[in-house]
Amino acid sequence: MDLALQLLFTGIGIGAVYALVALGFVLIFRATNVVNFAQGEFSMVAAYLMVVAVEAGLPYWAAFIVALLGMALLGVVFNLGVYYPLRHRTYLPVIIATIGASILLANSVLAIYGPQPQVLEGWFETPGIQVGPVYLDSQYLLIIGVTICLVVFNFWFFEKTLLGKKLQATSQDKEMASLLGISVSTMIMITFIYSAVLGGLAGILVAPVLFVSIQMGSTIALKAFAATIIGGFGDVAGAIIGGLALGVIETFGAAYISVPYKDGFAFLVLIAFLIFRPQGIFGERVAEKA
Amino acid sequence: MSAPSDNMPIPAQAIHSKPLLVRHLPYFIGAAILVVVAANMNFDGYVHNILLQATTFAIAVFGLSVVLGLCGQINLAQAAFFGLGAYAVGIGTTDLQVSFWLCLVGGCVISLLAGAVLGASTLRLGGHYLAMVTISFQQIVTLVMINAIWLTHGPDGVSNIKRPDLFQSSQSYLAFCVAMLAIVGYLVWHLPDTKLGRAMRAVRDNELAAGVNGIDVFRTKINAFAICALLGGLAGGLFAGGFAYVSPDQFSFAESIVFLTMSLLGGVASPIGSAIGTGLLILIPEWLRFLKSVPGLYLAIYGLFVILIIRFMPDGIWGFVSDAFARWRAKIKTPPAANALQLKPATIGGDIVLEVTGLSKHFGGLKAVDGVDIAVKRGGVHALIGPNGSGKTTTLNVLSGLYVATAGKIVLDGTDITHMPPHQRTASGLGRTFQNIRLFRSMTALENVEIGAERPGNTMVGKGDDALTERAMEALTFVGLGSRANELISSFSYGHQRLIEIARALASNPTLLLLDEPAAGLNSTEKLELHELLKRIAAQGLTILIIDHDMTLVSEAAQHITVLNFGRRIADGESMAVLRHPDVVSAYLGSE
Repeated sequence: MDLALQLLFTGIGIGAVYALVALGFVLIFRATNVVNFAQGEFSMVAAYLMVVAVEAGLPYWAAFIVALLGMALLGVVFNLGVYYPLRHRTYLPVIIATIGASILLANSVLAIYGPQPQVLEGWFETPGIQVGPVYLDSQYLLIIGVTICLVVFNFWFFEKTLLGKKLQATSQDKEMASLLGISVSTMIMITFIYSAVLGGLAGILVAPVLFVSIQMGSTIALKAFAATIIGGFGDVAGAIIGGLALGVIETFGAAYISVPYKDGFAFLVLIAFLIFRPQGIFGERVAEKA
Repeated sequence: MSAPSDNMPIPAQAIHSKPLLVRHLPYFIGAAILVVVAANMNFDGYVHNILLQATTFAIAVFGLSVVLGLCGQINLAQAAFFGLGAYAVGIGTTDLQVSFWLCLVGGCVISLLAGAVLGASTLRLGGHYLAMVTISFQQIVTLVMINAIWLTHGPDGVSNIKRPDLFQSSQSYLAFCVAMLAIVGYLVWHLPDTKLGRAMRAVRDNELAAGVNGIDVFRTKINAFAICALLGGLAGGLFAGGFAYVSPDQFSFAESIVFLTMSLLGGVASPIGSAIGTGLLILIPEWLRFLKSVPGLYLAIYGLFVILIIRFMPDGIWGFVSDAFARWRAKIKTPPAANALQLKPATIGGDIVLEVTGLSKHFGGLKAVDGVDIAVKRGGVHALIGPNGSGKTTTLNVLSGLYVATAGKIVLDGTDITHMPPHQRTASGLGRTFQNIRLFRSMTALENVEIGAERPGNTMVGKGDDALTERAMEALTFVGLGSRANELISSFSYGHQRLIEIARALASNPTLLLLDEPAAGLNSTEKLELHELLKRIAAQGLTILIIDHDMTLVSEAAQHITVLNFGRRIADGESMAVLRHPDVVSAYLGSE
């Protein structure tokens, strides 16, 4: 029982990371109707930026800001270089281009920084606190805390602010939005920046828990995408619940079934959902209008 | 719309006059020469390895040209299928001591089954899911290759893989691989012109239209995916025999991306493009070997290439060349069909062709169609009219199977079609057109109409491709576009595209033709011509159910009218009487 509680805590912690990346997926999908396959690389690049900034001698908080600014810039470049030129084409060329971008980002970092995994210190000096039978790792607490704050922020931003409403309008009907004077290309640019920062945040938060490696991006992205399907594709709440659920399932699977195949559980859960409930937990089926 | 001479019977030559094998003889002679060269040239080891790699990789890339190029579905796990075939031959010929041939076939079957199962679980859901699921599958296969040491020897890989006795020497084995490449290349090259290939292209261009033209969309996609996986497995098996050693890193996700890049660079739609892409991407890295000294640089350039190709050369190198060829071919006028189009609608049921009873379609709380009855008499034009939002198009979509009815029953010519998917309804004799035209945009007019003619159960088409082409030409000539059969859809005006859509439905010899607002967007001359066309269709005894706003067209063409409003039937009967019905007048003009 004690072990189960401990695993639950760890699972939610890692699941929160998946949830953040999944949120990035969903936001871009809703704005552009394509899945950004380089979403995971945003996390990886941010983690490396953080490592570089800390090694350069910046204080942790300053490195954090620098890394996030770098991500915002990457979001701009990504939109202009990968999505924007293809915006009038069907989804297939766009996703192939984002896959190309993912390969480009991962291997450019590899070429510059070499294959050795890097270590990033955690934010707090204290490693954690013992609450009853459960040891609460400070970094996991931070991840969970930040995720909760972001979910609240996200809700406030999209439901209560004018900019959030404009973004929603754009994702629902681009033509109508542009007729109402909303600059669709600006809205899409903002979405890419926001998603890159979200993905980057997830990468920086999870870096002290995992190693900072080239593969971390694709691993996280795969889980996060599975999370969006489990939660209901395109649904914000679904992405968060799906991410948390996946983190917990995976942690328990690794502890009780098999460690080497830990990364396979997400796939099995995904396949099960695709067969039995493809619309996910919260999703609804939509039909194309003839 | 067309010069009168178009419709005059001219004794036309069938487009393909010589038998297929004779026309393709040069290909086989060329392939035979290559095989002989491969068998007799004494390459040094380095060149031999490059040739063997190019040959086996090209077969795997052919698979991608089927699934991605022809069918428009993505597969990011081709290296995994390649690996399945390679490990089958590797483990089979060493640890299990089974004959090479059995292992090769076994590897193909395993890949085929894996592809079919993976496709069956995902292909209903569309592209994004498929992309992610194939990546996941790729990761799982790599995980198993590394961790299931008892089976795969783990990261060490399998060595001393055997070749068949017949092809022990490296030259003879290379010749064997070249022969396999030539055979697979021939089949893939020919595939677009077969029934399955046309179905794949139709699915790629427009899934909805493919469905209502009698194509089982889901099964077509699974077929494409399974063929791709099969070719991956075959290529992997040949690769393992050739290099005698396999290890997990040869079949990683990065290799899947390499396959994808080869396919995109050469031109995804054709095996010639695949061969060009494979050759270039095997040779270029050999020339740029120094890039491999920096880990990652080489793949980073691949990634950049993918983005640039998609952006600036979406059809690849071969796409450029074949586009020019297609433009040249479109200029050649085709002779119109020799015979006039025959429409012989099936007559199994009684006087009523279509009997709809109590049909309802609810979207959540909205009752878009609510308990509607329609009886369409055989051999006439029946119109379904109603103000905006009255449920006309929803009714049509429920009739053709794009929506599932909430309640009610649909009987077409004695067959209950209420629960059939769209393609089975088409097979039962339903033809339809769309208000917003849905043609297969990358195909010629003729190819579009051929897909209609190919509907399962069409008794008006004889055996073979020539009969199919003839039927399609007859239908195109019937609507007046016979001489422009080889032009791509994009070069036709809006009105002509609508006619092609009607020709596509007519070629299938339907029992009932559903026309969804055929006059929408047409100018007054075109409307007049449409009216004439409807008369000629009706004169052949084909029953038409038409939806339209154009009251002139409806009142002149239709003998019988059903009026809907707010999802309910408010009037039904002989045309003039219905149009004078007070409820109908108030529905359209508003009551006082």
